[in-house]
Amino acid sequence: MNFSNLLNNFPEAVAMILFGIGFSNLLLQKNLIKKIIGLNIMDTATYLFLALKGYIMNRKAPVVVDGVQNVEAYVNPIPSGLVLTGIVVSVSVTALMLSLTIRLYRRYHTLDLDEISTLLKKEGK
Amino acid sequence: MDFVRNFPFMSIILSLFSGPLTSILNGKWAKRLNTLVIGTVGIMSSFVLAYTLKTKQAFVYIMGHFPAPWGNEIRVGILEAFMAVFFCIIMMLCMMGGIAEREAEIEESKQNLYYIMVNLLLCSLLALIYTNDLFTAYVFVEINTISACGLIMIRQNGRNIEAATRYMIMSLLGSGLLLLGICFLYDLTGQLLMSNIKEAVQLLAASGQYHVPLILALGLMSVGLAIKSALYPFHAWLPDAYGYSTLSSAAILSSLVSKGYIFLLVKIFYRVIGFSVVCESRVINILFVFGILGMLMGSVSAIKEKDIRRMIAFSSVAQIGYIYMGFGLGTEVAVRASVYHILSHAATKALLFVAASGLSDSSGGSRHYRDFTGAGYRNKLAGVAFTVGSLSMVGIPMFSGFISKLLFAQAAMGHDRKMLPTLIALAISTVLNAVYFMKTVIRIYTPVPESAAIVSQRPTVECRRVNWKEQPAKSVSLVFFILLNLLLGLNSEPLLHLIEAGLGMFE
Repeated sequence: MNFSNLLNNFPEAVAMILFGIGFSNLLLQKNLIKKIIGLNIMDTATYLFLALKGYIMNRKAPVVVDGVQNVEAYVNPIPSGLVLTGIVVSVSVTALMLSLTIRLYRRYHTLDLDEISTLLKKEGK
Repeated sequence: MDFVRNFPFMSIILSLFSGPLTSILNGKWAKRLNTLVIGTVGIMSSFVLAYTLKTKQAFVYIMGHFPAPWGNEIRVGILEAFMAVFFCIIMMLCMMGGIAEREAEIEESKQNLYYIMVNLLLCSLLALIYTNDLFTAYVFVEINTISACGLIMIRQNGRNIEAATRYMIMSLLGSGLLLLGICFLYDLTGQLLMSNIKEAVQLLAASGQYHVPLILALGLMSVGLAIKSALYPFHAWLPDAYGYSTLSSAAILSSLVSKGYIFLLVKIFYRVIGFSVVCESRVINILFVFGILGMLMGSVSAIKEKDIRRMIAFSSVAQIGYIYMGFGLGTEVAVRASVYHILSHAATKALLFVAASGLSDSSGGSRHYRDFTGAGYRNKLAGVAFTVGSLSMVGIPMFSGFISKLLFAQAAMGHDRKMLPTLIALAISTVLNAVYFMKTVIRIYTPVPESAAIVSQRPTVECRRVNWKEQPAKSVSLVFFILLNLLLGLNSEPLLHLIEAGLGMFE
C-alpha cells in the first residue's frame, strides 16, 4: 500500500472521514437530535471538501481591494459560491427537521424514532 | 415563433412566484390560482413541445446573458418538453381527484399552505427537467424534497409527521451523496454546466485518467438519486408516506416526485457522464441487482399488506425496481423502456390511488381490503378505474403496463449475461402483481350476500352507493386517467419515436 497520496491529500481524507461520520450518524442514530447533528456534520464535511478544492496555496480571497486585477493573485471563487448556496440549503433543511422533531416530541414525549413507531402501532391508526 | 424559447424559463418562474403569492390568499383563491398556474404551465410547455418537434433540435436558453462556462443555462429538447407537459397533466388530474379529501382532511386555515407546496413542487420538477447546470439541479432537488415533505405533513396526525420525518432522513442521506458526487465531478472537470462536464469527462475517459474518482462520482450520484426515488432497500419511508397522506399528496408523490429524480438520473447518464462511460462502469450492475430485488420484494410486501393504500404504495417499490432494472441493462433500448415506464407508472399509479379512494368512499371510508367486498358495484366508475389500473399494472395488452413490460423483455433479449435474470424476474413479478391486484379486483366485484353482513363478527362498515355525480371532479379525473392509460397502451408507437428522438437529442 502506498500511503504517500493519503498524506499529500490528508485534508481531503479528513473531509471524507467526517462525511462518513455524519452519514452513519444520520442513518443509524435513533435519537432525532443526534440524527440532525449527523446531518450537519455530513453537509459541513462536503463544504470543507469544496473549500479545500477551491483553495490555491499563497493566494488571496477573490475580492479586489488593492487594485490587483491579475487572476493569478486570487483563489477560485466558484467553490465559495457553491458552499454559500449549500449552506442556505442545509440551514433550511435543518430548520425543517428540527420543527418536525418538536412536533413529534410534543406528541409522544420521546426523541427515539423507533419508540415513536411502536407507539404509533399501539395507537393502531 | 422564437418567443417560445422563453417559455421554459417563464414557466419555472411563474410556478416559483405563485408559491409565495398563494400564502396571502385564502384557500379557495389559492386553489384557483394553483389550477391556473398548472394549466398555464401545461399550455406553455405544449407550445415548447410543438416548437422543438418542428425545429427537430434542442435549444439552449442562456440566463442573464453570460455565455457558456460562466452563466446558468436551460436546455430544452423534445423529451424535456414532453415530460413537462406530461407532468402538468398528471399533476392537474391528481389535484382534481383529491379536492374532496383535501377539504375534509386539511384544516381550513391551512388550505392555502398546501397550494404553496404544490406550486413549489411544480417549479422544482420543471427546473429538474430543464436545467443544464448540475448545481442548480442539486438546489432544486432539495426544494423538491422540502415541498414533498410539506405535502406529507399537511395532515396533522402522528403517522404523517413520523412518515415525513422518515422521508426527510432518507432524502437527506440521498442528497448528501448526490452533493458529494457533484463536488467530485466539479473537482475532476472544473465545470458545472452539463455539456461542459461531458466534454471534459469524455477526455478523461479516453485518456483513462482519474478513472476511480470518475466512477466514484457516478456511483455516488446514482446511489443518491436511487435512495431519493425509493429504490429497494431504501423504501422504508414510502408505505407510510404514501399510505397516510392526503389523496392528492399520495398520488403526486408516487407519480411525480420520484419520477423527477429518475429523470435527473437519466440526464446525468446521458448529458453529464455520457452513456458509453456509464455502460462500461459497474455502477449499472448494482442498479440492476437492486432493481430486480425491488421488483420481487416490493410485490411480496404488497401481497402481505391488508391496507389498500399501503398495498398500492408497496407496488410503487416494485415499479421503481422495473425502471432501475432498465437502467441496469445498459442499452439504449432498455433506457427507452425505462423512460416509457416512467410515463406508464405515473399514469397508472395516480389512477389507482384516486380509484382506491373512490372505492373506500363507498365502503364507509374504510381502507381495509376486507371491507371492499362489492365496492365495485357501489361505486361503478371507481371500480372500472381500479380494474383498468390493476390490469395495466399486471401487464394485460391494451393497457400501458403491457407495453413497458414488452419493451423491457425486448431490451433484455440478446443481452449475454443479464437476459435470463431479467426475463425470470419479469415473469415472477408479473405473477406476484397479478396475485395482489387481481385479488383486490375479484374482491371488489364479489357481491355482498345480505345475510353475511349481519353474521360476520366484524362491525360492518357503512356501505352506500356512490354516484359519479356526487364528486364530479374525482369522476372527471378518473375518466381522464383511464383515457390516458388507454392512450399510452394503444398508441405507444409515436410515443416511443418521440422518446427515441428525445434521448437522441441528449447526446
